[in-house]
Formats: sequence, structure tokens, C-alpha cells
Amino acid sequence: MTDAALNTIPIAGVHADELESPTRRALRRLFHRKGAVAGIVVIATFIVLAVFAPLIVPYDPIATSWTLVRKPPSALHWFGTDDLGRDIFGRVIYGARASLMAGAISVGIALGIGVPFGLLSGYRGGFIDALISRITDAMLACPFLILAIALAAFLGPSLGNAMIAIGISATPIFVRLTRGQVMSVKVEDYVEAARAMGNPPWRIALFHILPNIMPALLVQATLSIAAAIIAEAALSFLGLGQQPPAPSWGSMLNSAQRFLTNAPWMALWPGLAIFLVVLSFNLVGDGLRDALDPRER
Amino acid sequence: MTALLEVEDLVKHFVADRSLFGRPTAFIKAVDGVSFSVDAGKTLALVGESGCGKSTVSRLVLRLIEPDAGRIRFEGRDLLALDANQLRAFRRDAQIIFQDPYASLNPRMTVSQILSEPLGLHDLVPASGRRERVEELLRLVGLEPRFARRYPHEFSGGQRQRIAIARALAVEPKLIICDEPVSALDVSIRSQILNLLRDLQDRLGLAYIFVSHDLAVVKHIADRVAVMNLGGIVETADAQALFASPRHPCSRALLSAIPVPKPRAKRSRILLQGEMPSALNPPPGCRFHTRCPYVIERCRVEPPQLLADAAGHATACHRTAELPQAEAIVPADSLSPSLERLVAAFSGGKEVAARPGVDIVGAMPPGFK
Repeated sequence: MTDAALNTIPIAGVHADELESPTRRALRRLFHRKGAVAGIVVIATFIVLAVFAPLIVPYDPIATSWTLVRKPPSALHWFGTDDLGRDIFGRVIYGARASLMAGAISVGIALGIGVPFGLLSGYRGGFIDALISRITDAMLACPFLILAIALAAFLGPSLGNAMIAIGISATPIFVRLTRGQVMSVKVEDYVEAARAMGNPPWRIALFHILPNIMPALLVQATLSIAAAIIAEAALSFLGLGQQPPAPSWGSMLNSAQRFLTNAPWMALWPGLAIFLVVLSFNLVGDGLRDALDPRER
Repeated sequence: MTALLEVEDLVKHFVADRSLFGRPTAFIKAVDGVSFSVDAGKTLALVGESGCGKSTVSRLVLRLIEPDAGRIRFEGRDLLALDANQLRAFRRDAQIIFQDPYASLNPRMTVSQILSEPLGLHDLVPASGRRERVEELLRLVGLEPRFARRYPHEFSGGQRQRIAIARALAVEPKLIICDEPVSALDVSIRSQILNLLRDLQDRLGLAYIFVSHDLAVVKHIADRVAVMNLGGIVETADAQALFASPRHPCSRALLSAIPVPKPRAKRSRILLQGEMPSALNPPPGCRFHTRCPYVIERCRVEPPQLLADAAGHATACHRTAELPQAEAIVPADSLSPSLERLVAAFSGGKEVAARPGVDIVGAMPPGFK
């Protein structure tokens, strides 16, 4: 072979940290941020609690007891009991199921609808882009929570419908973010090279553009989960989400508001849970944004 | 023998402005009637100032941009008649290498993924043989096969350009468009990449369209040169003929801008006065007349035709015959004796000999030699 005539050039001056893939580098940087790590720990704890709720919870979360109405926290009922004598500790943990599921599924819906439309809009341009963009603009003109409430009321009160309503309300953000990112990435030389290579448009969109806009989508998705959890709590508070007697942090707050002065623990624990989970998702989202920023090393 | 690629009267006008109702009102005449041909295994250089339309031509030829008018024939086939599937099949025959190797490789794909993608797209190599073919491609461009698992950001500019070349070679094309392939590279890396391109041409019988504004580079690699000005070709000739006796005033001005490594050489510099006219509103008549030192009244009115002489040296100038001899614009190829020795000392041996000063920063990690 004439290959011997051509000499190989060894790669030079490469340090260990330059050899890792972009994903590994982002993870390493993420774990260097205290806030993000704390957020991950809190979220992981809540996920474990939600998944293993039946093994952890000492009392049936929907069993009422007339002898235990509005008891303050004690050794038997760590978080106290509510106005129907139900154990609040168990209800907070079962409520985590509703909240985390609502966050994940509604953002999943928003990603599932928003990203394909954003890709189509940004990559194809022209009339399709104009059409999708105008619809997005119209949806963004309504405040997120108002739109979610309107949709949930229209669909009928249930946790599933609340998730759909929140998901649809969060969609326009993803359409617009994806579209903008696609438009900035599609003029890159490597996309033109992919075209020159003979890639069909769907392959360019999925294999060349999408991986390069993933970081921005990941950050937005994390922050949107926090917003979706608040939205679910708000809808449940209004009676449009999780239906009684099934527990949800929002509906627990609703029933607690009548007893704020004589049974403050009823509001404290679900409120604290919402606060912790939402704060954690925001911390992780901010951490991801910094970790994925290519401008700093 | 028919040429590998024939281009006739290619036209591309970009819409620069639209009326309120979306009707185009202004055009940038990026390419306005360009014709040329490329023979198999030869190099055509497209040269010209920034903004003269040479990059647009290179993309039109690959139909990465759709032309407004004209004909492009590749091995006799009409490229503009191809539908989407046929066009993708044509991508096997013609490839492109971009100027900036930092932008032309997908940062989220490993070298192996970058190089095996075309193999799968065109069903060239079964999945089981792709790894071997990737290693072969890397060796072909002078890189070590074990780099296949790395990401583009782990390589230097010259190495990235080698990967880009390997990607273009993966489909075994007949024509490669090199869009300023060495302009973004260090001067010290340039000759390595140029030598690699030439070597690959000899071994694989590739034809190149070499787009550049750097005539020193073009002189090194081109068989034939087409000089462009403001969307049109003003002169085309065999490289030797053009560098020996450029005829069009525009070519002369470009050639006189080549730096010559002889500080005391006698040469006539042609410095153009004035701004390059806008392609939005090109001047009537000869498009070079606003800056031409030999302009006469006829130039302002009548656009000159590109007329070839018996040797195939074509010029688009009304005054081709009357212009003064173009002696000493590019002095003969010899360097001063001392410089010659220096060049010999550095170009002796293989590329590796020059490497330590080239792309190594810091010490090599253990286990590299």
C-alpha cells in the first residue's frame, strides 16, 4: 500500500480533560456546582420516596379518622393530621407522585409537540414557518397559568387532563426555542456538509441539528418541570387537578387554607415540599445551563 | 473526450430586498453568466476578490444552492434535471471541503461517526466493514486510525481539515470542491494540506475546483485558472500561461498582490483605486471599468465578451491586444540563493520533520512516541 508514503501525524498536546466527550465534560462541570448537586439530591430523594411510597408510608393516605382530626405533629403522625384525620406525612409522599408525574409528563408532552414543530418551522422556513410561528405567538400572548387553567377547565377536572393542559400551555416555549436554535445551527458548515453528503432533510434535522440544540432544550425542560409542578399545584388548589380523596400538594393547600391559624402544619408540609422540589429543579436547570455553556471551560 | 463538469451561463441572483407584499425589489447578482469546464483529474482554480461570487459558484455546482438559470453537466448528465433522489445519488460523485475546519465538523459526532455516515448513506460498505474503511480513510489523509473514537474538538486545525478531506473522500468522488481549504489554517500547515490534496489527486484521479483568493496557493496547485470579478469570469487560462502573462487588468492587479520572497525584486505593482462596486447595482459595460487603469469610453458602455485565443487563453477585455506587456508582475520562480537553502532545509524530509514546530503545544503525553 502506498500509505507508507504518507506519514501519520500523532495528536499532540492533548490533556486528559480534552479527551472526554462533550456530555462527560458537561456532567463533570455540573457536579462541581454545589447548588446543582443539592438540587439533584433533593429531587432524587423525592423520586425514591414517590416510587417506594407504599413501603414507606405508615398509614393509608386516604383513610379518615374522626378521632384524629387536626392533630399536631407527634411521634405517631410525624407531620400531624388534617381536617379529616388523615396522616399528612403519607399524603405529602403520595402527593409527590402526582407532582413529579405532572412535571415530567406535561413537559414530556410539551417537548413531544414543541420540538418536532420547532424543527419543522426552523428548518423548512417559508409558509410553514410563518404559520407555526403565528400560532405560537397567539398562544404565548396568553399567560402560561391562565391558559393552563382555561384548558383544564375545558377538558374537565382530573390529574390526566391537568397534565395535558399544562403540557399544551408549555408547548409554545419549546416551539420557539427549538426554532431559534435550529435557525442558528442550520447555517453552520457542518449542516451544509451533511447536505452535500446526501443526507435527506429528516436525517439532517434529527442527526445533525437536534443533537446540537439538545443542551438548550435540556435546560429549558428542567426549568419547565419546576413551572409545571407549580401549575399542577395551582390547578389542584383550584380543584382542576388531582381529585379528592387522592392526595396532591395543591389540593392539600386548598383544604389547609381554612385552618391556617389553628392547624398551620396542614399548610406547612405540602408548601415546603412544593418549595423544595421547585427550587431544586430550578437549581439543576441553572447548573445545567452553566455546565453546558460552551463559552467557559 | 467530454469534460467531467461543464457549466454554462450560470446565473444566481439573491433577493436583497422585498416590497411590503413580498415581491422582490432588489437583487444581488452574485453569479451572472459564468461558464467553465473541468476535466477529470485536473484542478480548476476560481480566484477573485472577496465577494466576487466564487463561493456561490462552488455551491451552485453542487446544487447546494439552486441556480436561477444556466446549465450544469456532470459527465454529460444535466444536474439541474435531477430530482431529490437522483441528486442525493449524485452526492457520491462530487464533494466539498470547507474553509473553516472548526465549523465544518459536527461537534457532537466522533470522527468514526463522521466518516462512516456517508458509507451508510450511499450503501458503500456493509456495516461490518465500516470500521476498517474508516481506518483506511484516516490513514489515507495521514492520521492515525486510533483517532476514530475522538471528537473533533480534540484536534488541531490542520488535523480537522484532514478529517474533512477524509469525509469528502469517503464516497470516492470524482470531483471535490475545495472552498478556500487552507485560508483558515496556519501558514505552516497550509503546504501540508496542499501537498496532501495534490498527492490524493495523483493517487485517486480526483478533479478539484479550488476556490481561493490566495494566488500563491493557486499557483501551487492549479492546472487551469479562472479569474472572477463581480459575478463573472474575466480571464481563464492554463495556470502557467496566466501566471506568466496575465492579460486582464483585474488578473494583473490580483497577481501583483502576491508577496514575493525577494525584497529587492523589481516588479510593477498595480494598486487599484476605489471601492469594489456593489453587486446590488453593478456598473454597466465592463464590470471592472470603475477601477481599471486602462479604461476607455467603450468599456463604460459595452460589456466585453470572454474571447479565447488559439491556446485557450480567454480574456474578457476590449483592450486585450492594446494593453502593455505584463512583464515582471510575478517575477520568475527563483528565490534568492540564501532563501533557497532555507526552504530546502525545511522542506527536506517528510511532513513529520516539520511537525514539532507546527501543531504541538506543550509536552507530548507519555506513550506517544
